[in-house]
Amino acid sequence: MFSRSQAIPLAKDASSRFLPWIVAFTVYLAALALAGAMALSTVVARWDRELSGTLTVQIPALVASEGADAEKEGAGAADEAARVEAAVEILRDTPGIVAAEILEDSEIEALLEPWLGVGLASEELPLPHVIDVMLEPGAELDLKKLEAALAEAAPGMSIDDHGAWFDRLAALARSVELVAGLVVLMTGLSAVLTVVFVTRSGLAVHHNAIELLHLIGAHDAYVASQFQFQALRLGLTGGVPGLIMAVLTLLMLRMAGDPIDIPLLPEMRLTPEQWSALAGVPVVAAVIAMVTARITVLRTLAKMP
Amino acid sequence: MVRFENVGMRYGNGPEVLRDISFTLEPGCFFFLTGASGAGKSTLLKLIYLACRPTRGLITLFGRDVATLTRAEMPLLRRRIGVVFQDFRLVEHLTALENVALPLRVAGARMSQTRDHVAELLAWVGLADHLQAKPATLSGGQQQRVAIARAVIGRPRLLLADEPTGNVDDEIGMRLLYLFEELNKMGTTVLIATHNEGLVSRFDHPQIHLENGESRVHFPAEKALA
Repeated sequence: MFSRSQAIPLAKDASSRFLPWIVAFTVYLAALALAGAMALSTVVARWDRELSGTLTVQIPALVASEGADAEKEGAGAADEAARVEAAVEILRDTPGIVAAEILEDSEIEALLEPWLGVGLASEELPLPHVIDVMLEPGAELDLKKLEAALAEAAPGMSIDDHGAWFDRLAALARSVELVAGLVVLMTGLSAVLTVVFVTRSGLAVHHNAIELLHLIGAHDAYVASQFQFQALRLGLTGGVPGLIMAVLTLLMLRMAGDPIDIPLLPEMRLTPEQWSALAGVPVVAAVIAMVTARITVLRTLAKMP
Repeated sequence: MVRFENVGMRYGNGPEVLRDISFTLEPGCFFFLTGASGAGKSTLLKLIYLACRPTRGLITLFGRDVATLTRAEMPLLRRRIGVVFQDFRLVEHLTALENVALPLRVAGARMSQTRDHVAELLAWVGLADHLQAKPATLSGGQQQRVAIARAVIGRPRLLLADEPTGNVDDEIGMRLLYLFEELNKMGTTVLIATHNEGLVSRFDHPQIHLENGESRVHFPAEKALA
């Protein structure tokens, strides 16, 4: 027998043939944009997790003037160590701070190694003393007060709570997410306009069949159902290949990026939940096409006498 | 069941196709709608099956003033009316069975529930061997019978037929009119538009005659005398 979608022969329409292509492109771009936004969001969240609850206190090394004798140099080194120890004591006595550990020279050298090379850091440059500070979860320190106390014990020191750096990074991430959202919105809008065009064209082409359905007692909703299920079918027909192409593109990008080892950039990988969200893109696109077709038909028919 | 009071109808800014049409169809009656080609028979039928609205006058259908009908109310009213269109208006890509089942489908019935009933009706109009035939493969007379079956499948209270004998010879035309009489005997109100005065004269039914856009109701001699 015949299904609902066959009462009006929409499948044979020329205008229906290009809709799957439009949906495929839309889903492809939307999936890539969404994947990018989700991966970036994951990275930012990881950075936030790693950086929140920590402080870094940096105390510059005292530079001995040229020609200074060994006795003075020794006194200077003892003075420098005393400043660092005093700073550590202040930090450990401050409520809200769980731990304050001085980074070994080797650890600092390891941090600088990607930029300065092996062994160069300690020989050529006076390295600052770095104190890694762990805070209690949710602790709210009076940074100005702490900074004043530390400056008295170790003049020239600086506190980095990573806030400014992270704020700039988060702002960049938000901008990229916004662009990704706009890409999804624009491609979605173009698909919606295409569905409206195809549906209106179908209404014009099948005017006689629609009039007949009305005359034998069909409600507008019955006519709309013919168009909406066709739009759903075409949406899925185009959406699934679009998603497959997007997944292949993402896998190729990952394969191309794997050999590149940049320490500062964390891996941009999607979680299983994020892959599931991507899988929903063609379904959402098809449902949007279906709803658009239904609304277009109902609004157009409502204007008819 | 159907009442026209001083109904006038014009298309756009053109002349009035129908002027001051007044008549009443009581439940269970059988009327012919006669008149020359272009007299306005099809327009009058269109007004009854709600394909267009009158430009003036009052039309009541099943007790409802059609001017007050909302778009949502029309489908339920149209399901009480079966129409045999002059050009049949069969859906080309559907089989005879599917075409006849269409009014039931739009009313929400499932094909599995209606198949036997539809097949039985097609057998009644002599098309038992053509259930799966597409309209293009059927003759004019066969298409007409499919159209009639589609018009009556929903057991309408009012059956309208526009020139049902126009494309068939007199013998088949007579058989079709006997078919309509049988439906009328089952309680369906029938209004048949035709310009074939010869066929009409062989039946003892009243006529609404259209001439120059105006109507006159003629009753058969014996009824008029009675």
